[in-house]
Amino acid sequence: MSNILEVRKVTVSFDGFTVLNNLDFSMERGELRFFIGPNGAGKTTMLDIITGKTKPQAGEVIFDGDKNVSHLGEHRIVQLGIGRKFQTPSIFGSLTVFENLEAAIGFRDYTHQLFGPMSGEERDLLHETLEEIGLQNRAQVRAGLLSHGEKQWLEIGMLLIQKPKLLLLDEPVAGMTRRERDRTGELLLDIIKNRSVLVVEHDMEFVRKFAKTVTVLHMGNVLCEGPMDEVQNNPQVIEVYLGKAHDEVRQVRKKQVVVRRTAPQAAAVH
Amino acid sequence: MVGWLAQLFNGISLGSILLMISLGLAFSFGLMKVINMAHGEFIMVGAYVTYVFQNTFADMLGGVDLGIWFILSLFAAFIITGILGVILEVGLIRFLYGRPLDTLLATFGVALVLQQAARSIFGAPNVQVVSPSWLSGGVNIGIMVLPYKRLFIIALVIVLVALIYVYLNRTAAGRRLRAVMQNREMAAALGVRSRQVDALTFGVGAGLAGVAGCVLTLIGPIGPTLGTNYIVDAFMVVVLGGTGSLLGTILAAMMIGIFSSVIEFSTTATIAKALVFVMIVAFLQWRPTGLVAQRAR
Amino acid sequence: MTSQKNPFRTFLTDWGPFIIWGVILLLAPMVLSEFRLNLLGKFLTFAIVAIGLDLIWGYGGMLSLGQGLFFGMGAYFFAMYLKLESGGGRLPDFMVWSGMKELPSIWQPFASPVFAIMMVLIGPMVIAAILGFFVFRSRIQGVYFSIITQALTLIVSISLIGQQPYTGGTNGITNLSTIFGHSLADPQTQVALYLSTVIILGIIYILARLLTRSRFGRLLVATRDDEARVRFLGYSPVTIKTTTFAISAVCAGIGGALFVPQVGIISPAALDVVPSIMMVIWVAVGGRATLVGAVVGALLVNAGQSAVSEQFPNIWQYFLGALFIGAVLLFPQGVVGSYRMAFARWRARGHSADAPEVEESPVAGSGRLAQEVVE
Repeated sequence: MSNILEVRKVTVSFDGFTVLNNLDFSMERGELRFFIGPNGAGKTTMLDIITGKTKPQAGEVIFDGDKNVSHLGEHRIVQLGIGRKFQTPSIFGSLTVFENLEAAIGFRDYTHQLFGPMSGEERDLLHETLEEIGLQNRAQVRAGLLSHGEKQWLEIGMLLIQKPKLLLLDEPVAGMTRRERDRTGELLLDIIKNRSVLVVEHDMEFVRKFAKTVTVLHMGNVLCEGPMDEVQNNPQVIEVYLGKAHDEVRQVRKKQVVVRRTAPQAAAVH
Repeated sequence: MVGWLAQLFNGISLGSILLMISLGLAFSFGLMKVINMAHGEFIMVGAYVTYVFQNTFADMLGGVDLGIWFILSLFAAFIITGILGVILEVGLIRFLYGRPLDTLLATFGVALVLQQAARSIFGAPNVQVVSPSWLSGGVNIGIMVLPYKRLFIIALVIVLVALIYVYLNRTAAGRRLRAVMQNREMAAALGVRSRQVDALTFGVGAGLAGVAGCVLTLIGPIGPTLGTNYIVDAFMVVVLGGTGSLLGTILAAMMIGIFSSVIEFSTTATIAKALVFVMIVAFLQWRPTGLVAQRAR
Repeated sequence: MTSQKNPFRTFLTDWGPFIIWGVILLLAPMVLSEFRLNLLGKFLTFAIVAIGLDLIWGYGGMLSLGQGLFFGMGAYFFAMYLKLESGGGRLPDFMVWSGMKELPSIWQPFASPVFAIMMVLIGPMVIAAILGFFVFRSRIQGVYFSIITQALTLIVSISLIGQQPYTGGTNGITNLSTIFGHSLADPQTQVALYLSTVIILGIIYILARLLTRSRFGRLLVATRDDEARVRFLGYSPVTIKTTTFAISAVCAGIGGALFVPQVGIISPAALDVVPSIMMVIWVAVGGRATLVGAVVGALLVNAGQSAVSEQFPNIWQYFLGALFIGAVLLFPQGVVGSYRMAFARWRARGHSADAPEVEESPVAGSGRLAQEVVE
C-alpha cells in the first residue's frame, strides 16, 4: 500500500537562510505521527510546504500515493484532502458558529453551487458535527464571542466536516487550560480515527500521551525518528534540546530518569 | 541615435518629475503604510505657496528674474506643507492606524476641503507663476537643447534623494524613524517616542510634496485641482517601486518615465499611460511586492 | 436562521420594509413633480451602483475606486444606442464635427438595442473579471487594489477625452432625444423610465440580499475577515473575489445605462476618479455591509447634494469633505448600521427582563444583524 505522504528532498531557503535542508520523510496511511524539534527547526515551514503556502526550491511532496502537490495552489491541496489546523484558532469571527461550519462544508462545490442552499446530507452532517464538538447550543452565536477553547473546537469541527485524508495539526493544545486540553485531546482522538494525522507539538506531556512515532526535526532536517522512548533517549536529541556538549550529554545519560523529565519540560518552555 | 538620446533625456526628465511627486509618498505610504489621498493637494499647496511668494516677496528680493524668491519658496513650501502634514497626522491619521481603507477615505475628505479652500482663496481658474529668468533657455549640446528648467529639476531631485538618504541613514532622527517603522513596540520600549516620529515622518513626506508643488510651477500653470492630476501617477510609482525602499521608488520613477516617453514618441500620451498601467499590473504578477522589497519569512 | 415562529410572520419582518418602500417608490410618480421625479430616478440609479459597491466593499472588504468606470461603461454603451436612435440613421453630430465620413465599425452594432443592453451587462463584467483575476491572483490587496482600480478609471477617462471622434471627447455623448422610439422629453417616457429603475433596483436588491445570505455571501465575508483561512478551507479567494467584483461591476453598468436616458447626456466627467470615490461615500454614509444602507446612503447624499449645492455651491464641497472624515471617524457604521445597533440594543434591553440569554436565543435574523453591524 502506498504512503499517504512522501516529502522528498525538500529544500527551502529565505534570502539565503536555509530553513529546510533536503528534508525527506514519509508517512503511512492511517499513521499518527508527531513532529517535535526546537524553535527554528523548520516545523511550521514543513507544514507550509505540504499545504502549498510556501513553494519548495527543490524536491517535491507526493500525497496519496501519486499526487504531486508541490506546485498546486493551497485550496487545490485542501480539496485533494489535506486539512490544516493552525496554531492560533483561526475561525471567522463575524460569522456565527453555524455559518462557520456552513462555510467549511461546500469546499468541493463549484462556485455557482454556493449560491444555492445546502443539500439535506450536508445539513445533517453539519448538525452531527455541531453535536460532536459540543457547540450545538452555541450555533447562532458569533464565533468571535466564543472562548479560546470553543474556538479551537469550532476549528476542529470545520476540519472534521471536510473529512480530510491527511490532517495537519500545528500545536493543537497551545495556550489551553487543562480542562480545555483534555477535551481537545478527546476530540483529537475522535478525529484521528480512520485518517492519517501529522501533529507538530511542543507540549511533551501531550506528545507522550498520544504519540506512537515521533520525528525530531533539527536545522531543517530529520534528526531521528522512532518510538517516543527511543527518541527521548537519543543522545543527539538530548544535545539539541539541552544544547550540551557530547561528553556532558553522556554524563546526563547516566541520570536518565532526570533527563526524561527535564528534556520535555525544556522543550515545552519554548 | 539622436532621436533615442532625446527620448532618453525626456524619459529621465519625466522620471525626475515623477520621482519629485512620489518622494513624499515614499515616506507616508512607503514607510508608514499610510495612504494619503491628500498628497496631491499638498503638492497643490506647495505650488500656491510659490505663487504667493512670488507676488509678495519677489519685488523685495531683487525682482522676479533674480529668483531669490524662488529658492526661498522651495524652503517655504517644504515648511508650510510640512506643518500641514503634521497637523493632519496628529489631528486625523493618528486615529486611523491599522485601517488603511478608512485612512484613504478620510484623507480624500481632507483633499476635498483643501481643494475648495484653494478655490475660495485663489479662485477656480489656473494661475501662472513666472519662472526666474536664469531658468529659461537651455544648454545646446549640438544634437539637442536641454532646457535649464528640466536640468534644474533633475539636479534638485538628486539633491533631495541625497538629503533623504543622509537623513534616513546618517542621522539619529532617521535611525529612530527606521526603528519605529520596523518594530514599533520594540522601538517604543527602547525609549523612542514613536508618536513624535510618526508625526515628523508624515510631516517630512508632506513637505516633500510641497517642494514638488513648487517645482511644478516651472512646468505649467497651477490650479486647485493640480494635485488630482498627479496623485495617481505618484501612487503607481510607489506601488511599482515596492514600499519601504527609496531605491525602488527611484528605479520605478525612472522606468515609468523612460518607458512613457519612448511609447509616447511613437504613439500618444494616452496610449503610453495605458501601456504603463498594463506593464505595472503585469509586473506585479511576477513580483507582487514591487521592484525592491524586503522579503520576510 | 431557524425559527419556531410562524413562517409568514418571519417573512413579513424580513421583507416587510422592503415591500412597503417598494410600494412607496412605485407610487411616487403620483405625488412628485416631473423635476423631482426625474431627480429621484437619477438617485435610484446611483442606489443600484451603491448596492454593487456595498457587495464588494462592505461585504468583501475590497475598496474599488473603479465603480465610476463601470458606471461609465454602462452609460456610454447605452448612450451609443440612444445616440444612433436619436440621429435616425444620420452620423452622430460630434463625428461630423471631427470630420468623420461614416460610422466607425465599433459603433455599428450599437444600433441594435439588444446588442447595447448586452454590452451594458457584459462589458463591465468582462473588464472587472480580467482585472480582478490578475490583481487578486497576485494577491494584491487593500489599498493596492484601490489604487489600481483608480488608475484604470483615470486611464479610461483620459482615453475617452482623447478619442474625440469616437467618444465625443470632453463633451461626451449629448443631445439624446429618443428611446425605443419614444421621446425622452415626454413626461410619460420619464415616468416609464423611473418605474423601470425602481423595478430593476428592486430586483437587484433582492438578488444581492439572497447573495449575501447564501454560502457564497458568507465566504465573501469570511474572505474579508481572513483570506488565508478561506484558502486553507479549500476555496479559491481569487474566484470569490473576482466573481464579486464582476457582479459589482454589472450593477454599476446597469446603473449607468439607466442613468443616461433620464439625464440625456453622458460625459467623461461622470466616470472620473472623483465621482468614483463619491460612490464610496454613499455606501459609507448609509452603512457598509447593510444593503439597505447602500440605497439609503445613495439617496441621502445625493439629495443633500442637490439641496445644499443648489443654494450654496461652495459650501457643499467643504461639507462633503467633512462627510468623508466624519463617516470613517465618527460613525463608521453609517446611518443604517447605527440605527440597527441602537435597535438591537433596545431590543436586548427589552427582552432581558424576562429572557436572560438574548444573545443565544435563535431569534430570526439576530445572528445576521450582529454579523452585519460588526466593524
